[in-house]
This record gives sequence, C-alpha cells and structure tokens, in this order.
Amino acid sequence: MAGAVSQPPIAGPNVTYAAPKRHSALAMFCLAQPLGAISGVAIAIMLFGGVFADFVAPYDPLTIDFGAMLAPPSWEHWMGTDAFGRDIFSRVIFGARTALTIGFFASLMGCVSGAMIGVASAYFGGRIDMIVQRFIDVMLSFPIIVLALVVVAMLGRNQIGGIDINLVFAIAIPILPKVARVVRSAALSIREMPYVDAARAAGFGHMRIILRHMVPNVAAPFLIMFTAFIAQAILLEASLSFLGLGVTEPTPAWGLMLSGNASDFYREAPWMILFPGLAISVAVFAFNLFGDSLRDWLDPKFKV
Amino acid sequence: MFGYLVNRILLMIPTLLGVAVLIFFMLRVVPGDIVEVKLRGDGGMVTQETIDAERARLGLDRPLAVQFRDWMVGLVTFDLGTSMWTDRPVMEEIGLRLELTMQVAIMATIFAVLIAIPLGTISALFKDTWIDYAVRLITIAGLAVPSFWLGMIIILGLLYWFNWLPPITYTPIYVDPLANISQLIWPALAVGYRYSAVVARMVRSSIVEVMKEDYIRTARAKGVYEKLVVARHAMRNALLPAITVIGLEFAFLIGGLVVTEQVFNLNGIGKLFVQAVSRNDFTLIQAIVMLIAVVFIVTNLVVDLLYALFDPRIRLGGK
Repeated sequence: MAGAVSQPPIAGPNVTYAAPKRHSALAMFCLAQPLGAISGVAIAIMLFGGVFADFVAPYDPLTIDFGAMLAPPSWEHWMGTDAFGRDIFSRVIFGARTALTIGFFASLMGCVSGAMIGVASAYFGGRIDMIVQRFIDVMLSFPIIVLALVVVAMLGRNQIGGIDINLVFAIAIPILPKVARVVRSAALSIREMPYVDAARAAGFGHMRIILRHMVPNVAAPFLIMFTAFIAQAILLEASLSFLGLGVTEPTPAWGLMLSGNASDFYREAPWMILFPGLAISVAVFAFNLFGDSLRDWLDPKFKV
Repeated sequence: MFGYLVNRILLMIPTLLGVAVLIFFMLRVVPGDIVEVKLRGDGGMVTQETIDAERARLGLDRPLAVQFRDWMVGLVTFDLGTSMWTDRPVMEEIGLRLELTMQVAIMATIFAVLIAIPLGTISALFKDTWIDYAVRLITIAGLAVPSFWLGMIIILGLLYWFNWLPPITYTPIYVDPLANISQLIWPALAVGYRYSAVVARMVRSSIVEVMKEDYIRTARAKGVYEKLVVARHAMRNALLPAITVIGLEFAFLIGGLVVTEQVFNLNGIGKLFVQAVSRNDFTLIQAIVMLIAVVFIVTNLVVDLLYALFDPRIRLGGK
C-alpha cells in the first residue's frame, strides 16, 4: 500500500489521485435490486420480531383472558383476541418465531442434504448417478405436500425443545430431491472443468475434490435455493399446521391460528382469519422476492 | 411417433414400481400403526390381546414380505385391500370421491389457462410499463398467498356480500349442473389463483424471449399486422413452455386441493388423504399416493406428447 501512495504523478501536476468510489456489497445490492432490498427489510423486521418476541409482543401469547374473548381489534388488542382471549398480535409475532425457525432449519436440512446428494451423484456419474436419479424421479412424482404428509404419517410426532423435529423432517424431505436435481446439473458442468481434472491428477481423494473444488462452485445456486425454499417451507408448515398435522396447540403458529371453520369464524371473529393469513403471505412473498433478486444479482443466467 | 409412445409408456413402469416400493417401506419402517391410534386413541385401557387380535384381523402381524407381496399383487389386479379404519374397500372409498376432486382440478385448470395466457401476453407486450408491473405484482402475490387462506377469504366475502355459503352436500354435475358449479367454482378459484400465477409468469417470460427472435423482426419488416405477429408468430412458439408448466402444475394442483378441500368441506380425495394420514390408515394412504403418482406421471406423458404434437422439431427430428 505504501508504494502505491508514494507513487509520483505521471501525467503532470494537476492530476489528483482520488480513490475510486467504493460501495459496500450491501449498498450495491440495494441499488441494483430495490425490490430485493425492500423484501430484505421485511425479512429483517420478521427476524427481529421473531428473535425478540418476548420484548416486542405486548401480551403473553399463551395467557388466557376470559374477560376479553373474541374482542375485535382495538387500542388494547391491535388485532383483536381469539376464542380464549389471547392477543392475536402477540400470537402473530410469536408465530413469526415458529415459522422462521421451522422454515430455516427445514430449508437448511433439505438444501444441504440435497446438495450433497446432487454433487456426489454428478461427481461419481455412471451407475451411481443413474440409481440416485431414478430415486429422485420417484420422490419428484408427488406434490410437495403429499410427500410431507406421508413423512408425517411415517414418523409421528417428536418434540424436542418446543420444535417438532419430525415436522422439520417432513418439510425438508420434499425439498431434498428438487435441490439435488438442480445442484446435480450445476455440478455436472463443473466436473468437466480442467481444475477438477487437475485435482484428480494431483491425487486428491474424492471427498477433498467434492468438498474443496466442487461444493464452493455450486454455492451461488445453493444460496438462492436456500432462500427460495424458506418460503416454501413456511407455506408448507402453515398448511400442515392448518390441517392439524403440524405445530400443535398451544404453540402460536400462523397456520394453526387459521384452522377451524371459516363460517364459524365469520360469525364470531373475522379478524382472526385476516392477520395470520396476511403474515403467511407477507413472509412467503418476502422470501420469494428476496430469492429472485439474489438470483438476478448473483447470476443473471441462472434460473431455479 | 408410435415407437416413441411405446417407449415412454414402458419407461413409466420403473418409476411407478419405485413409488410403490418407496411408499410401502416408508410407512412400515417406523414402529406404530393404526391399531394404536384406533384403540388407544381415546386413552382407554386396552389389553395386549385386543391389540394383537386387531392386528391379526388387519393382517399387520404377517411378515413384511407377505404384506409386500399382497400389495404388489393388489396393484396389478387393482384390488388394493380394505381401509383399515372403515373396513370398506379402498377402491370404493376412492371411487366415491374421485369425481369431485377431478372436477375441481379441471375447473381450476380451465380457469388458470383462461386467465394466465391473456394476462401473461399483455404483461409481455407492455413490458416495463405500469400494466406489466401490476400483472407481475398480482402473479407474484399468487405464489405467496396460501390457497386455504384465499379459500377462507372467499367464503368470508360470499357470506358478507351475499349471505350465502356454498352447500356442503355434493351435487354431481349431471344431476344439477348449476348447483354443482355454484358449489365447486369457489374452491376451483382458490387453488386456480396460484396455478394461473405460475402459468402467467411462464407465458410472460417466454413471449418476452420470443419477441426478440429474428423471425418476429422479419414478420414486422414484411408488414404483417402487429396483431398477427403476436398471434401467429409469437404465441405459437411461446406457448410451448407454457404447456409444460400447465402440465407440471396440474399434478401440484392435487396437492393444493389436499388443503383446500378442508376449507370448503368438500369430501374429495384430499380430505380422504388427510383423514387417512391422521389415522395411520396405511392401506388407504398407499393407495391414494399411488393414484397421485399415476396422475403425475400420466400428466407428464401427455405433456411430452403434446409437445411432440405441437413442435415439429421434436416430432420429426431426433430419434
């Protein structure tokens, strides 16, 4: 650095050496992808609400108040209360914690295992690739929610630390084959790259080639898919909870807050439907949009 | 063309076999079965003998290999056993409900296609104007709004403005078409919104791509009316990818119906499936999963055939 600063001007005394304008990566992203930035802010707010739910929420989400049953939205209860007099605003905030935790871990689990299978399948090729791909074909021949429901039927429930681990599995498993398929095709082209041949010629083991040479090169599509599948996972968790096969009472979860008969809701408390559904929509919208912008920004050629 | 068709149909067999094997072992790999849900469900005291007797009656005490053989034989002979919960033949349970679910699925498809193709085309032709932004906003929202919530909002709206609720009892279309459609149009709209959003996005992006092609410039240069350029030159080529998406999404529509049928209290395949899952009714679960997989795979086949039909490059070229 010192050498660069003390370099004498070449083109005459009037030339000043102004440092080129540098923006941080974050600022560049916000400028190039305004919609992405907005959705990023929405995600940040949800994250903040979810993490600090205990401080942000005005009421305890589990406290039953029979004095305020089915109260309409008011200054005390911004989104009204439910049939047990629980504050819906607080439950929506705590619901963000449930949705984001399950969404994050399910997407992470599905994407990591899917990416590993995809990279390995592409790297080994031949018979192994054939068998793995047929297996993935089979898994892809169900709608996501059907596969998730089968996993629910298979595993039952298993609560660990307030989160249903089996629910995370049920959401992660349908994500796995989709990720594996995309990552495999990305990895197939990387496999033909000279540097992989070079690594093989240098005598590196399979694990090292896969982990050090191939995995970093599929990082961009991986990151994009991870974000997009958080949206899918949140939607899936809400659907399963709505069906009574996901998160169970009294844990606040958006889908669970909607389970019940719409016409009963109408007669008693229509606001009970409105807010949790809006929360799901906004969350899925934000993660989808953020994933899209990330894709356009990282690699305009890449389409999930 | 005929050889291609036979080849494609033969290729379906390993996938379906894979689905059959996977679903069978997935359901049985973890201990715990319907008998426990059925008898212990209400928390009553049940002796081990009662449980064993029920297991023997349902055939769950037999070796896995024997159960698997029965499942395979049943698939070939279309006799998938009896429901472990209701004791009625599985095929009968499904048959009763298939009509309703298929009708909603077809109505949603028609709705989606009718909405999506004009919407996507307009959005592409007015690219980067406020029309385009509005359409894109509507379509991206369609990917985010859960269909069951949309269904609830529709019911709320119907009650608020018309004080009317779709009837709960199902009327077949050949009995009273009007009553039938006025009941099923709402769930079809609720699941069709997402469907049309996905298709419209595809239509938009493929028309945007096609409009850049040389033959569009040629057509314009020789003075073809812009309307004809769009209708004859652009649409024909752009709708091919849309057909793929319509086909793929049709299979996922069945997934959407699993949840939406619950909202509208429709007694269809989706509701049956959710009931089967919550009761661990293995025979019913595996039968419905097979049905859905068959629908999915056949839809894919139809899409490929349509593709070959519409695209001379695929029909005539290649092997």
